[in-house]
Amino acid sequence: MASASREVHGRLIEALKSFISIVSTRLPDDVLKALRKAYEAEVGGYARLVYQAVFKNLEIAIAKSVPLCQDTGVLEFFIELGRSFPFSIELLKAIGEAVAEATEEGFLRPNVVDPATERNTGNNLGPRIPWIETTLVSGDHADVYLYMAGGGSSRPGSARVLDPAQGLEGLLEYVVNTVVEYGIHACPPLVVGVGIGPTAEVAASLSKRALLRPVGLRSPIPRMAELEEKLERVLDELGIGPQGLGGKKTVLAVHVEYAGRHPATLAVGVSTSCWALRRGHLRIFPDLTYRVLSHGV
Amino acid sequence: MGRVIHLPTSEEEVLSLKVGEVIYVTGLLVTARDAVHARFLVEGVPLPLNLRGLAILHAGPVMVKSGSKWVCRSIGPTTSMRMEYYEYEFIEKTGVKVVIGKGGMGSKTAEACKKFKAVYAVFPGGCGALGAEAVEEVVGVEWLDLGIPEALWILKVNELGPLVVTIDAYGNNLTELVKNSAKARASSIINQLKRST
Repeated sequence: MASASREVHGRLIEALKSFISIVSTRLPDDVLKALRKAYEAEVGGYARLVYQAVFKNLEIAIAKSVPLCQDTGVLEFFIELGRSFPFSIELLKAIGEAVAEATEEGFLRPNVVDPATERNTGNNLGPRIPWIETTLVSGDHADVYLYMAGGGSSRPGSARVLDPAQGLEGLLEYVVNTVVEYGIHACPPLVVGVGIGPTAEVAASLSKRALLRPVGLRSPIPRMAELEEKLERVLDELGIGPQGLGGKKTVLAVHVEYAGRHPATLAVGVSTSCWALRRGHLRIFPDLTYRVLSHGV
Repeated sequence: MGRVIHLPTSEEEVLSLKVGEVIYVTGLLVTARDAVHARFLVEGVPLPLNLRGLAILHAGPVMVKSGSKWVCRSIGPTTSMRMEYYEYEFIEKTGVKVVIGKGGMGSKTAEACKKFKAVYAVFPGGCGALGAEAVEEVVGVEWLDLGIPEALWILKVNELGPLVVTIDAYGNNLTELVKNSAKARASSIINQLKRST
């Protein structure tokens, strides 16, 4: 490698590793705010005890620079590449190396298991993992969104194609039943992402995109915003509460993302995040300086 | 602050614990999740240490090696329900007295807790940094070939908690109550929706 490209590589690794360590050890500002609000809503029982442990945990994680939850998940990157950003290929190539180094340094637990061998790969790299989705946009910088998909919180994930006659009521029933059956084990209060579209995989993919939206930011489309509010109300009424020990808040938020559907299908996808929603937004500028916008860094 | 249970504990002490009590544990415990349960119960490989009176923690920690010593950077519970397939037999065969995890467990585990005098307690999920604070020493690791999260870690802990007892040795199951009530509410909500459209 020529020295100029070695320098680019080094700076990208440094930016990505710093980003990964921040996401592993600190919650984004919007999630923290939502947790504090949920805590205020709880009046007693085990709910307040759980939140006190949660806030103490978050303080320790920052003070000691350790993963706030031991399940640092499987890493999923969603990248918006500005068409004039000069280091697109270099960025994509640096991700795997940054992930392996962050694992070595104890910011990530080695989670990835190769289904073909049933062995843990030891460095969080595996077939098609970390998962990377790239979109080309205008502009001269790169926006890198990271989601740490934990095991417990990914377990409720599902998608299904409904008949259009089942309508939004059918969709609501599907989401409620999914949360009732699996939500209690997924570290509530949850953020629930709902995707709507023509096919199962589009709906599933959009349900994950819904988790990338800042917590509590409403859909700009009134009918979808109404659906989000209704689902939040209904899911809170279930009384599952933090850690499934009972309480007023079962969800921190419900986000709906959608795509046009086929006249004959109404596909719905559900993705859930635990309260420890570890996601981040890194912006890399053309001069390779960077900011972690999700965490005000 | 709740009662501190010192490990190994006794049948008498376990019988004094009731659902809803907040406890902390001090002493020796081992991590055991899917692969440890399967190796012991499905493959029939004997456990490397005697667990009678001790605790197991459904957890896969973040560990780094510093010189010859392992250091625990983060440890919190994993979803216990995955171990529901194995836990009855595990409690029966090992004599373990405290099972720690998150999200609660089902009726078979509750039956084992009643029959063999054990409890199941919930440590708040996601609190890996808090858990690591309670780890005084990583005493050892066995079955590391299973990978870091799945290996059997032997830990000395000091006041690990808060833990909420959700299954006691009398067959009470707090999580089951919350879940059944959520199910009942869900079906009434869904019926209302159908009537209103």
